[in-house]
Amino acid sequence: MKLDELTKGVFKQNPIFYLVLGLCPTLAVSTRVDNALGMSLGVFFVLVCSNVIISLFKHRIPPQVRIPCFIVIIASFVTIVDLFMHGYAPELHERLGIYLPLIVVNCIILGRAEAFASKKSVFDSFLDAVGMSIGFMLAIVGIALCRETLSSGKIAIFDYTIVPTFTQSPSVMMTLPPGAFLTIAVIMAMIKYKAIRKEGR
Amino acid sequence: MENLLVIAVGAIFVNNIVLSRFLGLCPFFGVSKKTSSALGMGSAVIFVMTCASAITWPIYTYLLLPFNLEFMRTVTFIVVIATFVQLIEMVIRKYKPGLYKALGIYLPLITTNCAIMGVALLNAEEGYSLIGSVVNGFSAGIGFTLALLLMSGIRERLEFADVPKSFQDLPIAFVSAALLALAFMAFSGMRL
Repeated sequence: MKLDELTKGVFKQNPIFYLVLGLCPTLAVSTRVDNALGMSLGVFFVLVCSNVIISLFKHRIPPQVRIPCFIVIIASFVTIVDLFMHGYAPELHERLGIYLPLIVVNCIILGRAEAFASKKSVFDSFLDAVGMSIGFMLAIVGIALCRETLSSGKIAIFDYTIVPTFTQSPSVMMTLPPGAFLTIAVIMAMIKYKAIRKEGR
Repeated sequence: MENLLVIAVGAIFVNNIVLSRFLGLCPFFGVSKKTSSALGMGSAVIFVMTCASAITWPIYTYLLLPFNLEFMRTVTFIVVIATFVQLIEMVIRKYKPGLYKALGIYLPLITTNCAIMGVALLNAEEGYSLIGSVVNGFSAGIGFTLALLLMSGIRERLEFADVPKSFQDLPIAFVSAALLALAFMAFSGMRL
């Protein structure tokens, strides 16, 4: 089923909560929703392009040197994203800092190249990449939403306030590293709790 | 001339590579179940990180900067690091089989460890000298090992703890990491 390739990345095999890949950018960049969106757009572009290219060349790349080849292909696309953001969104580029070039070592991208794109057809790889990036985006934006809400005391996306300030003493800890670990721990535990309930029934 | 002690203490404690910069989280959660494997991974990371800092510095300073090729640094760094790790693996396998047995399985994992690449990029960004870069790489490796060892100690004890079912395994590891990061935040008040 073709649709399955697309949806499995979003829920069943969500790269962050199930495969536990690509944690570094997720936790580092999820302090604000707009940073998280920028990061996931970068990952989307790199993942889709590299998956398609690698799948196109899968018979040409000798298996012994496949990892270096994948890395060079991925690094080229990361450089494109890096330059593009530097030119058109310099402020976002500044805030993402070294985490933008570090997309190159993001385990999701190399992992998908190795586990999927180097074996399956081009169209399947494309769907897989789109699904995985949507899954990544949902996870990172979700975490960012929790953290930003708790640390600023209001729900706002970009500059639009959805729920005005509901507390006068927001928790600054949530923007700091411990908050990131705590958020992902609670979300993972909730997912696990649901899975356990489902099994018990 | 930058103060080497400041760089070292900064990289180990204040800006701990795992707990405050979020680099190298995959091995941090993947290899932290046993203290012995944490120690193996830690020493492999210290070694590779120091050498990678030493190698990427001249390439960045003498090759990329004079020719205005800074935008190539992502591609260059990753290729250099990947090649270097492969080379080290082959050399160690040939000449030091004992060491290879201890570190070997961790070396391939290191290529995609974002901590190594991250340190190389940080060195370039901060504009450290060669010695500064090497000290920064070495100390970041020490910081990584420290965090990994602490974490593996905690997780070994957690084996015997009565953890709620939905928090078992990874979620509780994340909670421990949160507490560890909270403890390390105390260092950020230090004036260097």
